[in-house]
This record gives sequence, C-alpha cells and structure tokens, in this order.
Amino acid sequence: MEQDWIHGLIGGLMIGSAAAVYLLVNGRIMGASGILGGIADGSAKGRARAEKLAFLAGLIAVPGLLVASNLAPAETHVTGNLAVLVAAGLLVGLGTRLAGGCTSGHGVCGLSRLSPRGLAASAVYLAAGILTLLLFRQVLHII
Amino acid sequence: MRILIAALTGGLFGAGLLISGMTDTTRVQGFLDILVAWDPTLAFVLGGAIAPMAIAWRIAARQRRALLGDLPEPPAQKIDGALLGGSLLFGAGWGLAGFCPGPAMASLSFGGTGGAVFMAAMLAAMAATPALRTRLAKT
Repeated sequence: MEQDWIHGLIGGLMIGSAAAVYLLVNGRIMGASGILGGIADGSAKGRARAEKLAFLAGLIAVPGLLVASNLAPAETHVTGNLAVLVAAGLLVGLGTRLAGGCTSGHGVCGLSRLSPRGLAASAVYLAAGILTLLLFRQVLHII
Repeated sequence: MRILIAALTGGLFGAGLLISGMTDTTRVQGFLDILVAWDPTLAFVLGGAIAPMAIAWRIAARQRRALLGDLPEPPAQKIDGALLGGSLLFGAGWGLAGFCPGPAMASLSFGGTGGAVFMAAMLAAMAATPALRTRLAKT
C-alpha cells in the first residue's frame, strides 16, 4: 500500500505538468471532457479540431504502448454489468458537457486557480460520487 | 508545432493517469466509498496535479499570451443550474463505473469490452447534449 500513494503523487505531477504545458504553450485548458466533447458534438473546427484529435491520439496511444511493453499494469477492473456501464457512460457524457468540465477541467485546472465554478463543480461531483457508492454499493449491492 | 505539443501533452496526461492508478476503476471507487477500506490514492493524484498547475496559472497571469497562441479567456464566474446539475449527473456516473472521461480514454486500448461500452455511451451522450440543451432552454 505504501507504494500506491507514491505512484499517485508521481502520476499526479505528470498530469499537472501536462496541463501546465498545454496552458503555457498552447494557451488551452486541459479538460478531457471538453477536448473529447468538441469532437463528439462536432463543435470543434479546423485547427482547434486537429489539436484536440492530436491530444486524444497521445492520450490513447501512450498508455497503450506502456501497457504493451509491460511497463504498467493493464487492469481496469471495470464492471461487466452492461446496464451499469451504459447508464454511467450516458451520465458522465451528459453531465460533463452540461457542467462544462470534469475532473481534469474543473478539478485539476479549476481548483488550481481557485475558480469558484471549479470549486462548486468539484464539490458537487465528489459528493454525488460518494452518495452513489453509498447507495449502489453499501445499500443496494449493485456495483 | 501546436499539434505536436497537443499530442505530447495528451501522452503525458495518459501516462500520468496510468501510473497514478486512475485507470483502475477500483481505485476511484475505493476513494469514493468512504465507509469501507478507504483508498486515499486519488487525493494524492489530485494534489500532485494541482501543484504544477497552480504554478502555471501564476506564470500565465504575468504573461500576455501563451508561447504558441493566446491564453484562454478569463472563466465565466456564474454558478448556474447547468454547472451544478451537470456535475451532479457526472458524479453519479463517475461513482457507478469508476470512470471519468480522461481515464476512460487512457484505458481504451486495454480496457476490453466494458471500457468500450462505457466510451460508446459517453460519446453518444456528448454528441446529443447540444440538442438537449436547446430543448431544455425552450421549456
């Protein structure tokens, strides 16, 4: 268990450094749902679209390469319950786009600049996540 | 050049998500499940990520533009129903599967059918959101 938090901290520093470079070099906020959402709903055009696609390519390919070369564990332990997966995917897709951000945009990028919207969003999704585990795992034993 | 930086930062983001354990849904759910054997890893990830980004915002505040483009507009300040309601829905989905958008994409190559199903549902909802928002605004 002792290594877990060290890995967490190192990985976290990498995530924050990526966000810092994306801001200071490209002048963009590194929000995963915004980048993916702009592609999914077709709102990103031209150069902005190419930039988003390049970001997504790196985001998908690099972990894939690390796993393929046995440098990192590959297990996601995701549930096999299809109904839960579909419901969760729909909620995450709709929720992040309505809120204009997720754990990277509102969380990492918003909290680090003490943005009131980032703070409010993060408080709500954390509370909702905790309540969901409480209800669906501890009470209903579904997940 | 911007395209190359985007690909590299995407890669660094993905590597960080993988190494931190955030592509493992049991870690995320273990953090949110505060009653049983609480897993604090996510707090270290968030703390580690916020530190360099807080420095980056300070640097950005003293500059007129980014190296290869304009800096983002100052954020909207309004805390509205869409922000709170959207975050509520997002948090519920995040808890249900243990995935948020970043880790779902980072694990796409090795996440199997489960990861792909989550991804497909998430993309469909993202694609449908602008139309839903327009309809909601009308009512």
